[in-house]
Order: sequence, then structure tokens, then C-alpha cells
Amino acid sequence: MSSRMIGVDVGGTFTDIFVLDETSGMAQVAKVPTTRPDQSGGFLSGIGARVDDLSTVSVVVHGTTAGTNALLERKGAKIGVITTQGLRDVLEMRRRDRPRTWGLRGDFTPVVDRAHRLEVPERTLADGTIRTPVDLDAVRTAARQLIKADCLAVAVLFANAYANDENEAKAVAAVREIWPNAHVSSSSEILPEIREFERFSTTALNAYLQPEVSGYLSRLETALKDGGFAGEFMIVQSNGGVMDVDTAARLPVRTALSGPAAGVIAAGYIAQAAGFPDVITGDMGGTSFDVSLIAKGQSMLSPQTSIDFGMVVRSPMIEITTIGAGGGSIAWVDKGGLLNIGPESAGSTPGPVAYGQGNTRPTVTDANVVLGRIDPENPIGGKLERLDVEAAKAAILEHVGKPLGLDALAAAEAILRVANSRMAGALRLVSIERGFDPKRFAFMPFGGGGALHSGAMLADVGLARAIVPRYPGVTSAMGCVIADMRQDFVQTINAMLDGINTDALGAHMQRHVSDGLAMLDAAQTTFEARETAFTLDMAYLGQTHTVSVSVPVTVSDGIVTPPSEAQIGEAFDTAYRATYGRLLNNGTRRVINLRSAITGKRPRFDLATLAPVGGSVEAAYKGTRQVYFGGAWHETALYDRLALPVGAIIPGPAILEQPDTTVLIEPDLVGRVDAFGNTLIERADP
Amino acid sequence: MSAEIDPITLAVLAGRMEQIADEMDATLFRAAFNPIIAEAHDASHGLYHAVSGDTLVQGKSGLPIFVGVMSFAVKAVIDKAAENGDLQDGDIYIFNDAHLGGTHLSDMRLVRPYYHEGKLFCYLASVGHWHDVGGAVPGNYNPAATDAFQEAFVLPPVRLARAGTIQTDIIDILMRNTRLPQSAQGDLNGQLGALDLGVKRMDELLGEYGADTVRAALDALQDRAETLMRAELSDLPDGRWEATDYLDNDGITDTPLAIKVALEIKGDTMTLDFDGTAPRCAGPVNIALPTAVATAYVAIKHIFPSLPANAGVMRPIDVKIPEGSLLSAPFPAPVGGYTETILRMIDVIFTAAAGAAPDRVVANAYGTINALSISGKRDNGQPWVMFSFYGGGHGGSFESDGLNHGNAPISTATIPPMEILEAAYPVMFKQWALRPDSAGAGMHRGGVGATYEIEVLEGNGAKAFLFGERGRYAPHGVVGGGDAALNVFSYEQDDGWHHPPMASKMVGISLKQGQSVRLDTPGGGGYGAPSDRAPEAVARDVAAGFLSPEKATKDYGPSWQEERT
Repeated sequence: MSSRMIGVDVGGTFTDIFVLDETSGMAQVAKVPTTRPDQSGGFLSGIGARVDDLSTVSVVVHGTTAGTNALLERKGAKIGVITTQGLRDVLEMRRRDRPRTWGLRGDFTPVVDRAHRLEVPERTLADGTIRTPVDLDAVRTAARQLIKADCLAVAVLFANAYANDENEAKAVAAVREIWPNAHVSSSSEILPEIREFERFSTTALNAYLQPEVSGYLSRLETALKDGGFAGEFMIVQSNGGVMDVDTAARLPVRTALSGPAAGVIAAGYIAQAAGFPDVITGDMGGTSFDVSLIAKGQSMLSPQTSIDFGMVVRSPMIEITTIGAGGGSIAWVDKGGLLNIGPESAGSTPGPVAYGQGNTRPTVTDANVVLGRIDPENPIGGKLERLDVEAAKAAILEHVGKPLGLDALAAAEAILRVANSRMAGALRLVSIERGFDPKRFAFMPFGGGGALHSGAMLADVGLARAIVPRYPGVTSAMGCVIADMRQDFVQTINAMLDGINTDALGAHMQRHVSDGLAMLDAAQTTFEARETAFTLDMAYLGQTHTVSVSVPVTVSDGIVTPPSEAQIGEAFDTAYRATYGRLLNNGTRRVINLRSAITGKRPRFDLATLAPVGGSVEAAYKGTRQVYFGGAWHETALYDRLALPVGAIIPGPAILEQPDTTVLIEPDLVGRVDAFGNTLIERADP
Repeated sequence: MSAEIDPITLAVLAGRMEQIADEMDATLFRAAFNPIIAEAHDASHGLYHAVSGDTLVQGKSGLPIFVGVMSFAVKAVIDKAAENGDLQDGDIYIFNDAHLGGTHLSDMRLVRPYYHEGKLFCYLASVGHWHDVGGAVPGNYNPAATDAFQEAFVLPPVRLARAGTIQTDIIDILMRNTRLPQSAQGDLNGQLGALDLGVKRMDELLGEYGADTVRAALDALQDRAETLMRAELSDLPDGRWEATDYLDNDGITDTPLAIKVALEIKGDTMTLDFDGTAPRCAGPVNIALPTAVATAYVAIKHIFPSLPANAGVMRPIDVKIPEGSLLSAPFPAPVGGYTETILRMIDVIFTAAAGAAPDRVVANAYGTINALSISGKRDNGQPWVMFSFYGGGHGGSFESDGLNHGNAPISTATIPPMEILEAAYPVMFKQWALRPDSAGAGMHRGGVGATYEIEVLEGNGAKAFLFGERGRYAPHGVVGGGDAALNVFSYEQDDGWHHPPMASKMVGISLKQGQSVRLDTPGGGGYGAPSDRAPEAVARDVAAGFLSPEKATKDYGPSWQEERT
């Protein structure tokens, strides 16, 4: 029996592979360059680096940026829209926002050409009454026109289809009869939720991705099968759960944050195993710093995101807050004499000044290089021979030192301090501002650069400790293997709680549960448990912001018993009081949406299998390097991180090096290798 | 200038204090009941100088117009407290008097002195647009008001809290003077919560850095903003540029009202002189002096978007508002339609500034908020009021065409979804669309305006009220760009479609079930000569239906036809 699980995360630069042998519990990692434009090359060569015989693999789980990139680079398919008369511009009009508050500049082009947004006679009212039955001849004519215009996918977007999908369902059936491929969807199939722009946008972006993403996934699946793979191929969704590949091909918009979500899932798992269920993750890339909070082992979910201005995707996603402070962010002094970091970035190409690839303006990475925190002789990533310290120093002196009256070293420290304070601001935003006390939280850096800044996060935000996972560079790939299978459903209810039809509510819950469980049944994976969770978006009449109310529902043998009106009322009062501190006297309570999540819990693996075996601090010691802290050079010990044994204690200042990450332990901090091979960084004085 | 502060601590503190104001904004947005605050973010928070009331730090997510106007509200409280002579820790003043605090009476302002170790350190303030504050018209947009009393209940600065104790008498007065006490109570609680949070965060910050360092940082940030502004102005050529535009009318008498500016740059200073602007008028398009000064700030920050939000920016700028003009109308002149007047001020500043900084200025945006209310009674006797603002096109700029269907430059408000409106009120949108031929021509054309057509579904019919502008004077292009289309409002009666006699303002339009109103909003003005527009861009607009073939040829000549595919 095959028993290997493989997680594959394809990022912009590297494709990361995480292989877990379920029988032995042993794990292996690999990192190969990402191939472009077709990422399947790197995907397969990465797996091939660790596994000879694909027939020994039971599950391959993929965290993909194919969808995100297609959205950001506007490389989706040519698609068409069939919509209600009078509404063809909803996608282009958005919610009447603008790209930036100040400046009034910039414009917006939606992913569907106006000429391919066709209107047909039909109209449903807000209460579900059909005022104008859909004109199916007009629908067919529109579909034929779009086929003739070479559209590869089509979305049917009708007003108020969340309240009654009859017109949409008839139209989409008529289109399917003549459309040459499977890429036909309607807004009520994708997101039966009130708010036309958000629903239309999500459905249209899904259609925009379908041809591209389904093609990519089917190429991968074919290649895997050709290699002897007979197991299950699954895809990570933005909500941190996985779905089977057919669902992903139908709902590619749910992969918008696939890779980052997998990283957060792994981070939560590692932290919980290490005894720290409250953790804030920080993924530092070339242009951005992505932060996510996990409380009591649970990630936060946000209901929607904007991939770019006007490109709204509404489906539950792991909440990730991004600020423009990455390693490549440019440091500059404005005309008022204030030091700024970003938002301009040198990215990874041309990259920091020290890369010698043409950029002459100093970046955060350049500051780390000049201060000795990054080894100039062995740049991580392996693309470059060495880093140009002198060029970085000159750039810092020129662009930051001179305007502020500082020497190059003081200027480099200033860059780090301001960059750290911006990163700390992001941590504060997700913790203090949401009512979480940061002292309870640990900071978990992953990605290449985050572990250089963990000391600053401890100092600036008051976090208790940092946990650097043993393989911070492959966290997302590991998350693929850990993630549960999960499906989210939504249905707008839009009713007063007083006299609510609980049978109708129960019928929606039942449909969600039946569809969700059918999906779990179809999967070839084993589940340790199946879970269902139901929340209602509720508010008082007249209030705009809703409270997410978790309602008690029993599901036994797949049969739902809906909650009573009184139970819902009680749950609302509890949730409302927790959010706002008080209830509203005589307020009328409303139920806006039902949200259901059906989860199949996947088996866990023991992280201890990743822990180092043997080794000694002496053997891991690689010598010393001069590193600049607090205005002076310090003789700083260097270690081969992966060679350190469990229990090793490394007082700062020290630098732990591994192929894709540098871990900095600042003076006054101490590092310790825990039983799983993580490095815990804490204050030296108790 | 107080104690020196090192540039790095300054950069760190700048971010920390901005975050405090942002967090106050977020606190109110979450807690507020009324969608004008919760969704449209018509609110603002910040830190203000203990003596002058000058804006020290302001949140990034609040309404742009408040960035300049809040310091007047704080100054009004400082003056009132001096008069009372007993300011103490835990006091909170509240008022809505627009002649003291700017904007209009819907904006309820809360001002709280912040004490550190027994000494006044600064003020914290919160402003939010309440859903209803009495007056003749629900929602307070009364286009026929001839004094403030017809617009709303007027509250001067009074103590809502004394030494930490809320004066429930004041709350009783407030709640008796609104049609929507539940909404008002929710908003008030949210504003009090935001101020509490601000105090807590300031305590933490001062505990961490010390009052002297934070004070030094606040001073330095003002100086730095001034330096930045002066540097920007020095980069522009010296000279004087004038621009005049008009409001259609004041809603009472149908005569146009001139808004005129002369923009002069001399070295690192700028003067904005509004001499030549029409005198105070009878209707509600007057504005109070604080509003006028704050508007100049909004326009300048749009031209120089990276400037910080504090009072230092305005030090090199002299804003001259003529006495007796509609830009400095004294109490009790009606000011409810202030949005229209300040949008026109921004337009003339942009038009004049295009002479000095052609590559930084955008052409005029659509220039009217089109406040439309439709109301009636349901069969069960329950009243309903649908009140919303509608969007239009933004102006073209040096870098791109204008944005189609954007929000007003003074606001960041989004529009409620059509489906939310249809679910809440007995109406149906027959059109929610972009409006062809509405954009100004240019090398970069203006953004396209919108068409909204709304049918009344309720058997009892409905009444409509509109407060709009740009019905007679179109948004201008700059640097040779063309003007956008006019704002057109139409309403259906038994004998067909009609337009209001006062162009875009009308009260009490009776509509029967099945009858509709339609808004055709302006696009934005064009940027640069139309002859410089690429023919393929013109052909693309024709193919998309944004531009009719006739108008394309009229504005751009016939060459686009060769690009047709």
C-alpha cells in the first residue's frame, strides 16, 4: 500500500516539496526553481528529486499561485457575461470607490470587455418574485454571439439571483446546451449571497480563471498519472482547507490565496505542537510582509479580499494583512527630512543594491548586509555568487546617511529600525487592534528574511518569544500536507429573527451538509473525523455591520436538526455582547446570511520526526563574524542551524545559518532548539 | 520648537501616532449604526494641539474634508472652555454647530482634552455624520432651507461629560431632537468608544516614550510638513493663475453663483484668493469659513498626495476668503448643501493649478454628490426613506484616463449595493449603468459618468427630493482637455418625462407606482488636447459604447475610424 503524502508549493522563485512517509513518519524536503510560464515542469522535477516511484504516493496536495498570478497579471481567458437588462456595467462601476484616497489618479478596466457583457430581458425582485421571466431566446442569441467572439468561458449574472435562482438556472441550462466547453457558471451557483457587485465580481473572476487554471491542473494530473500516480490530487483553498482537483477546476477563484493560506496552516500546527497555540506569523518576501494571527490554534477568516483595485473575490479566506515592507523595499528620505521605507520596491529583480543587478537605491536587505547580518559570501537562494557589501554601503550613505547626517552604519541601523517599526505596526494591527494581547503571542517568521527581524518584533510589540520553524522556507509545502478538507457554503436568508422559517433555514443547512459530505465521500483520503459548523451573519435592523453568530445545530447521520428561533436569539445576544459590550433594548434582530463549513479532518503527523538526531553545538559551530548592533561591532558566533542538537542553548549575539534562511539572535536574547527542531528565541533575562 | 528629536525616533513615532488615529476610526466604523458612518466612513478622528487646536495627527481612513476642518471644531471648544474657565480631565464637549466647526449640522463633533500627569497634553476629537438631527427634512438635506433652523437642531459646544461623568441630560436633549434615536445612540456610543480608545493608546505611548519626546515629535512633524510643502511649492514656477466656475443656483432663486480663485505662487509660498466669489445667498449652498479653509487643504493634498495630514502643510499657504461671500456665511445662514460648494472650490483650484503644475493636476471630477431621497409609506403605514449619493466620472490626468464612476473628491464613500437598496425599500433599479458620451475629451479623457433609473414599486407612490449641481455648468477639462456632460435629472409623470425647473434641485416630486426617476451624472473633464489622443483609444471607446461615433468624430476628428476592427 502506498503511503506517501506530498505537499507542493509553487512560489514566484522556488517550488518547495514536502514529502511525508505516513508509515515511517519520516519527512523530507526539497527546493527547486519554479519554471515559467508552465509551472508543471518545476512541480514534477521537484517531486522527482525525492520520489522515484509515484505509485508509492497516496496524496499530492498543491498550494498554487497560478490563479493569483493570472489575476494580478491579467492573464486570464477572454470571457463573456450575460446579465440583466440595465446592469451590464456593474463589474466596471464597482462600489463607486477609487484606487487611492488622495490624488484622484488612476483608472480601472474590468476583466470582461464591455462589448462582451450582454444584456437579456429578465428581472427578479428582492423578495424573489419574478417580475420578468427570462427570455431564453435572447440568452441563446447572446451565448452564440460570445462563442463567435471566441470567449472561452461565460458567467450568467442576474439581479437578486440570491433570492430566487429560477431565471439564472434556466438561462445557465440553456447556455450549457450550446456552449462548447464546461466553463459556464451562474452567480447563484458560485455565491448565492446578496450584493450584486461582490457576487458578479467573484463569479466573473472565477470564469476568467477557469480555462487557465483547469488546464494547468489537468496537465499536472495527467503528468502525475503518466508517472504512475494513482492516488488523490488535491488543491489548497484560500480558506486553508483542501478541495479535490475537479472542484478546484470548477471553482478556481477559491485558490486566490492558496499558497499563503497553506503557510499559515502549517505555522499554526507547528506552534501548537510546540506548546504555543497563540501565534502571529510573519512572511517576509521581496516586496511585502504578510502577517496573520492564530488564536488558540484557529486562524482568522475574512469574508472577502481585493486581489487588486476593483477585483473583489468574496469567499472565506485566511486573513492575511500585507504591508509594503519586504527585503527589497527601498529606503529614502523625503523632502521634509523623514526616513521612509517603501512602498517602492526593488523586488528580487533587480533586487537590492548588493545583488549588483542594476539597482542603486538602498533596500532593507542592503541594511542587513552592511551590518553583517547576512553572509555576503553565501547568499541564500544560490543564484548569486556573492553580495557587494561596498556598493550597498555607498548607496545607504548616499541616499540615507547624507540627508540625515549619519554615517553608513548608523544609517543602516536607522533603516532597520524604521522597517522594524513598520513591521511591528502590522503585528499590532492584527493583535492589539483586534483585542488580542500581544504578550500572549509568539512570533513565527517564515519565508527567507523574517527570522532576521524577530528580535525587533519581540522588543517593539512586546511578544513573549519567537519560534523559527526548522524549515521556514518550506512552510507552505508542509501546510499542504497538514490541511484539512473543507468546503464553505453561503446562502442569503434576509429575514427577521422574529417568526423566522426555521424549516427553510434547515433545508439550506441540509443542502450544504449533503453536498459537503458527498464531496468528502468522493475523496479517496481517509478522515479522522468529520465536522460541520454553521454561523449566521446577524445584526439589528438598521445596523450595517453584521456579527458572526455561531449557532448550535445537531447533525446526526448526515441529517440536520435546525436550531429554534429562541436558540438563534440566544446565540446572537451572546455574540453581540461579546463584540459590542451591550445589547440594544427593543432592537429588531435580523438574519442576513447562513454560512456552513463542512470539514474532513485529515490525519496528523508527528512533527518530532523532523527534529534533529544527534549533533552537537561544537560540531555546528562555524566560527564568528563581526555584526553591528546598537552602534558597535560585536563578535558574533555562527552556527550551522540544522546541525544543532535538540536542547542546544545559544546565547545572543549569534547567527544560525541554513540554506534558505538566516536566523538572527540579538544580544540579550537567547535561542533554544526545542524537541521538534524549532528555534525558540526569548529574552535572556527571565 | 521644543527639544530635539532624532530622525529615527521621529519616523517611528509618526507611524505609531497615525496608527492611534486609524484605530479610533476603525472603532467607530465597526460600532456605528448608521451606514453613512459604517459603510461610507463619513467620520474622522485625530490628535489636536493643546493651545491652537491645530491638527497634529489624523486618521487615514476618515473623510478627506475633515482633515482640515477638525481643527476649527477643537478651537471652538478651546475658546468655549476658556470662557467657562473650568476645563478638567474627563470633560467631553459635544456640538454640531457648523458655523463654529465647519461642514454641516449632520456632523456631530466630540472633543476631549487629553491629560498626562495632570497636565493638558493635547485634544482628541471624533466627528461623525449622524443619520438625522431634526429639522424640516429627514436626513437634513433640505434644498429649500433659508436658515439653519430649517436644516437641523443646532447644538453649540456643551459638556457631554464633566470630569468623567456623562451628563445624561444632554443625551436626553439629543435623543429628543432626532427622528432616529436608536441610530443616534449607537453612533454616540461608537464615538465615545473611539475617544476612550484614543486615551488608552496615548497613555501607552506616553508611558513608553515620555511626554517630552512625544511632544517634540509632534512639533517636528508639523515643521517637517511645512518643509515638505515649501519644497513642493519651490519646485513650481512663480506666477498667478485665475479660474472661475459657477453653481447653478442656490435652490431658492435661479441665478448662477460665481466661485472664483486666484492662485499665486511666490517662491515657497502660495496664496489662494477667492475674491470675486458670489455674495452670501438665501439657500443652503453657503458655507462657513472653517469649511472654506479646510477645502483648500483637500484640494492641495489631492495635488500633492504624499503630504502628511497635519496643520504644518498649511503654514506656507494663505487662504483669503472674502467677507460677505457665500464662502464665509455667518450664523444662521443655511449650509446644508456645503458639499456642492466645496466641490466647486476644488474644481477652480485644480483648474488654476493646472497652469502652475500641469503634470500634477487632474481635470475636474463630476462635481456633485446628487443627494437623492425617495420616501413614502408602505401599506401597513410604515414610513420608508431611501437616501443615497450617486457617483460620476473622475478627471483625466497626466498619467491616465479618469476613473469611470468614482466617488467625490471630498469623500471616500462607497455606494450601497443595488440589491441592498432593493431589499430595504420598495424600488427597482431599471438601470445601474455607465453613461455614454458623458466624459470630457482629451489626450486622457475623463472618466465616464453614470445612469441610474429607479422605479417606485409601492402602491402608495412616493415623494422624491434631489440636491444636486452641475445641471447648467459642466465639469471642466484642463491643459486643453474638453468639458464633460451636464448633470441631468428626469422624473416621470402621467404626461411623460420632466426636468426640474432649478436644474438639479427639487423638493416633493410626487411619483406614482410604476413611475421612475433618472439620474444621468456627469463624467470627468479631459486632460490634454483631444488631438493628442491615440486614434486606437478613441476607436476602443467607440467599440465599448462609451463614445458615440458622432461625438468621437466631433471631438477627435475622423482618424479613429481607420482603427476600427
